[in-house]
Amino acid sequence: MLQIKELLVILISSSLVSNVVLSQFLGLCPFLGVSKKINTAAGMGGAVIFVITLASAVTGCIYNYVLVPLNMEYMQTIVFILVIAALVQFVEMFLKKFVVSLYNALGVYLPLITTNCAVLGVALTNVQKNYGILTGTVNGFATALGFTIAIVILAGIREKTEFNDFPESFKGMPMVLITAGLMAIAFCGFAGLM
Amino acid sequence: MNKCLERLYNGLIKENPTLVLMLGMCPTLAVTTSAMNGLGMGLTTTVVLTLSNVIISLLRKVIPDKIRIPAFIVIIASFVTVMQLLLQAYIPSLYTSLGIYIPLIVVNCIILGRAESYAYKNPVFPSLFDGLGMGLGFTIALTLIGLIREFIGGCSVFGYELGWFTPIGIFKMAPGAFFVLAVLCAIQNKAKIIGAKKGKDVSKIQSGCGHDCLNCDVAGCGDRKENKFQDIEITQEDIESTAKINIQAVAEALKDKSEDVEYETIEVKEEK
Repeated sequence: MLQIKELLVILISSSLVSNVVLSQFLGLCPFLGVSKKINTAAGMGGAVIFVITLASAVTGCIYNYVLVPLNMEYMQTIVFILVIAALVQFVEMFLKKFVVSLYNALGVYLPLITTNCAVLGVALTNVQKNYGILTGTVNGFATALGFTIAIVILAGIREKTEFNDFPESFKGMPMVLITAGLMAIAFCGFAGLM
Repeated sequence: MNKCLERLYNGLIKENPTLVLMLGMCPTLAVTTSAMNGLGMGLTTTVVLTLSNVIISLLRKVIPDKIRIPAFIVIIASFVTVMQLLLQAYIPSLYTSLGIYIPLIVVNCIILGRAESYAYKNPVFPSLFDGLGMGLGFTIALTLIGLIREFIGGCSVFGYELGWFTPIGIFKMAPGAFFVLAVLCAIQNKAKIIGAKKGKDVSKIQSGCGHDCLNCDVAGCGDRKENKFQDIEITQEDIESTAKINIQAVAEALKDKSEDVEYETIEVKEEK
């Protein structure tokens, strides 16, 4: 029972309170780049949930069963980045071969995720906060869920404001950033949940 | 020597990674809550960037082309680990305030971008100065953004309380980072508009990660666009072999039809 409560707290705090993009600034490139349409944003979100959950489970296993017994915790950055890059490649190949429908939905986004700092960020946070494999995986899922929520909301706002009459120099990226800033203020409100 | 100075100028001003190219936005936004943090992050990145540029440039003839990206990542990650341990040992205060963003230097696209577009193709000394210039450009930009955020958000400069006005706390929090970057972007846009009117080349401004990642090739992340065309070199051999394949394919297709044609195809082969 205590375990479930702990997992729920992690789920809420990682997805809403300390949102990965809006308060930790991880994964900004896809957040700003792939948020023009709700459909593509949702696709990206789905791919991120898939990869981050998988990656945090795998890196959790590697950290606890390989690096800790060998006393090589200092190698975590190198090992994690290589494992994540290889994992994304394998997932892409696996989906292409065996789960074609999922590949069609997520395929184009997968190569982009290799360079997404959120994946490495989650793996390192799990180690920093001493999460076990299960809690780490839940944390990964929650973080990715927070990313998806944020990117879909931003895409929705961008679709609505696409043809608004902004000052010339604020057109494009500046307005997206201001929108993201206002969203970040809104997400600050979730701090009251904890 | 001139080339080295040119690289420094290029990194500091002409192609400043943060202020002009808009690369490496994650650390830029995350650690600039104070000027000191910005400076620390910038210098750490500079060290990693310079060292990795030197090593990659030294190994550029040894690393096979196909596995160059993993090789770059291993080299960069090694230096990041070294820096992380050094900071932990000697500047623990900076280590705790930068936290997770130190290991995340690995995925900073400035470093991988310079490795791919400069160090892998150029000799050691220009690469060293390229890394130094880019790194210092990044440091200056980060310190500047940190200074602005610290001044408005805390009314202090490098930790010294000024007490001139009631600070606007939100600039030190997450939303403030987005607002400062938005204004920076707007200034760039303005410069772009004015520059375009005067007929200057403004294609470099915001050519980094501000674009849609899906169209990265088109947007031209760094110099990648040029490489794409450099890679494809059509030689005389290629043309001959393609011609050969074409003739053979035609011959085979005709073979099935009738014996008369087969006679002709053999003739074609002999002619060639």
